[in-house]
Amino acid sequence: MMSEPISERMVTVRNSQGLHMRPADLLVKAAMKFRCRIEIEKDGQIVDARSILGLLTLGAQAGTNLNLKAIGDDAQEAIVALGDLFDNAFYETDNQTEAAI
Amino acid sequence: MQEFQGFPVSPGVSIAQALLLDREGYQITRSRVSTAERSSEAERLDRAFVVASEQFAKRTEEASEKQLGDLQGIFSAQQQLLLDPRLREEMRQLILRRSFSAQLAASQVLNGYAQAFRRMGGTFLAERVGDIRDIERALLEQLGGAPTTSLANLQSPVILFSHDLTPSETANLDKKLVLGFCTEAGGPGGHTAIVARGMEIPAVVGVGSFSQQIRGGMEVILDGYRGRVILEPDAQTKENYLRRGRDRQSFAISLDALRDLPAVTQDKTHIELLANIEFPSEVATAMSRGAGGIGLYRTEFLYLGRKEDPSEEQQYEAYCEVLKAVDHGQVIIRTLDLGADKLSARQTNESEANPFLGLRSIRYCLRNPSLFRIQLRAMLRASVEGDLRIMFPMIATLNELRSARLLVRSVMDDLREEGYAVRDDVKIGMMVEVPAAVMMLDHFVREVDFISIGTNDLTQYTLAVDRGNEAVADLYQAVDPSVLRLISQSVKVADQAEIATSVCGEMSSHPAYALLLIGLGVRTLSAPPSALPQLKKAIRSVSLSQCQAIAERALRLETAHQVHTAVHDSFAALLPDMVQQI
Repeated sequence: MMSEPISERMVTVRNSQGLHMRPADLLVKAAMKFRCRIEIEKDGQIVDARSILGLLTLGAQAGTNLNLKAIGDDAQEAIVALGDLFDNAFYETDNQTEAAI
Repeated sequence: MQEFQGFPVSPGVSIAQALLLDREGYQITRSRVSTAERSSEAERLDRAFVVASEQFAKRTEEASEKQLGDLQGIFSAQQQLLLDPRLREEMRQLILRRSFSAQLAASQVLNGYAQAFRRMGGTFLAERVGDIRDIERALLEQLGGAPTTSLANLQSPVILFSHDLTPSETANLDKKLVLGFCTEAGGPGGHTAIVARGMEIPAVVGVGSFSQQIRGGMEVILDGYRGRVILEPDAQTKENYLRRGRDRQSFAISLDALRDLPAVTQDKTHIELLANIEFPSEVATAMSRGAGGIGLYRTEFLYLGRKEDPSEEQQYEAYCEVLKAVDHGQVIIRTLDLGADKLSARQTNESEANPFLGLRSIRYCLRNPSLFRIQLRAMLRASVEGDLRIMFPMIATLNELRSARLLVRSVMDDLREEGYAVRDDVKIGMMVEVPAAVMMLDHFVREVDFISIGTNDLTQYTLAVDRGNEAVADLYQAVDPSVLRLISQSVKVADQAEIATSVCGEMSSHPAYALLLIGLGVRTLSAPPSALPQLKKAIRSVSLSQCQAIAERALRLETAHQVHTAVHDSFAALLPDMVQQI
């Protein structure tokens, strides 16, 4: 059996309030668009990118490095899309950040 | 197992589920299901998730329509939490494998996450917990949880946890279902404590913040003797408490045997035991516990927790009810002691910076003669039904006493003119609870028939410590040598003038302190009904000279702590078998 494609990359949490409710929500919604399995790892703790609770329990503050890993047909595209959210700090303005807490 | 320590303000031990009274939450009404119900209960959970997530979806949509981007983000994220398969799966497992009710499963799982978020600290702390609480509320609402704003929906016995309870909230508790309560705020001398004792509901107050640790539905032990609250006790602890409870019960039965015997010391000094009550319904209990009469009827409780002040007729009926139930003993009715922590419907003390030093008690009554007259009319009309005595609270100056007496005289004249029968010889007395009254007592005793020393307020006013404030509660010590000296001086002055003296503060309800008071010359003690049997037992076990030795030693000491230790040591030496029980 052919092994499934795997795609990986490191990302950094760039928004000032860390990976809180709203970015976690966006991340889950983005992950739902793909068929592949997507895992996010922080210091050995691995969670499912489709579980908002899992993401929140990572407690990822601003500046935290995370490893994104996707396994499946569309792994490559998934990593690009999710990585883009991290790179753009989830498109949060400071205004929204404050309001979201 | 987790423990809290607070002030033990009402004795007794209860073991029951916790009910957290938070003003906007939902309370678990059922915690377990039978094995047969497991799968239907899991389906109920699924349906609750569907409805709750629809609610959040609707909120998200509304926020979006109103272009409230930030709110939309929050609601959307909360909906995402509800959609998280992991959350629902964890709850389902608790239902399907361990017979949890859907309510308890939802609450337990969400609380687990709330605590995990709390441990992370930083910005994740408080706000995540609030989001989780919102979800818990939404689910419990769907699952038939009862809004905690109302205690009316209680179906099974609970121990109540609340930030604070007012005296009137306490008075309205259903004793059959509320087996005890615990508050974050409050101190040992507050009125909530007094009401709890009167109702014989075990209570612990002033434990500090517990909202982080306690959940509704948790099993708890509330130890009103030691001021301890134990969450989720282990089997050993629970067994110990149950055993001690059985011991206490057999001790109580042994006290019952003393019921019809007089309260005399071994050398035949007679001590009169009277009861403190808040409601007419307590008289029956008081008499069955061996009270010789009522030493303090706190009438302000007629006024608390109702929308309108009681009418003259309603008060008259209450006083008659007490007099009839007492049969032929004295009934000391204290006039309205409203103000500070006891406010009636039409009162407010918001403008007062120091309500305990403000317009309360007799001061309030003298300032509102129309209200005061109604009460005096009701009392004087009832006076023909028994040995009713009138007592004014918080008298600080002779002028206050004279004004109050004048008002009594004027009301009496009115009533006679209206054709009512009024007794001529109604005895009139005063509370001695302000140091000024002790200083001037040689003058006061010429104008009253009796005095009653109120140790609660006397302690508060002597030591300048707010008795309801937990921050200074350690200073509130009725056995402080300064307070003992004032009591001793009052008893001497009253004895010389040959007028009756009683002590009606909480101090007289503790057997060890009661012996100290007897040693100081007190011969009448008024205490909550629940305390009377053990007081009698203690009195019958000692001699007057032993009490005097306790008092002489206490008066020579320098600090409240020394007095406390000395009095308890003497008590332990005299009554070793009672120490275990109180």
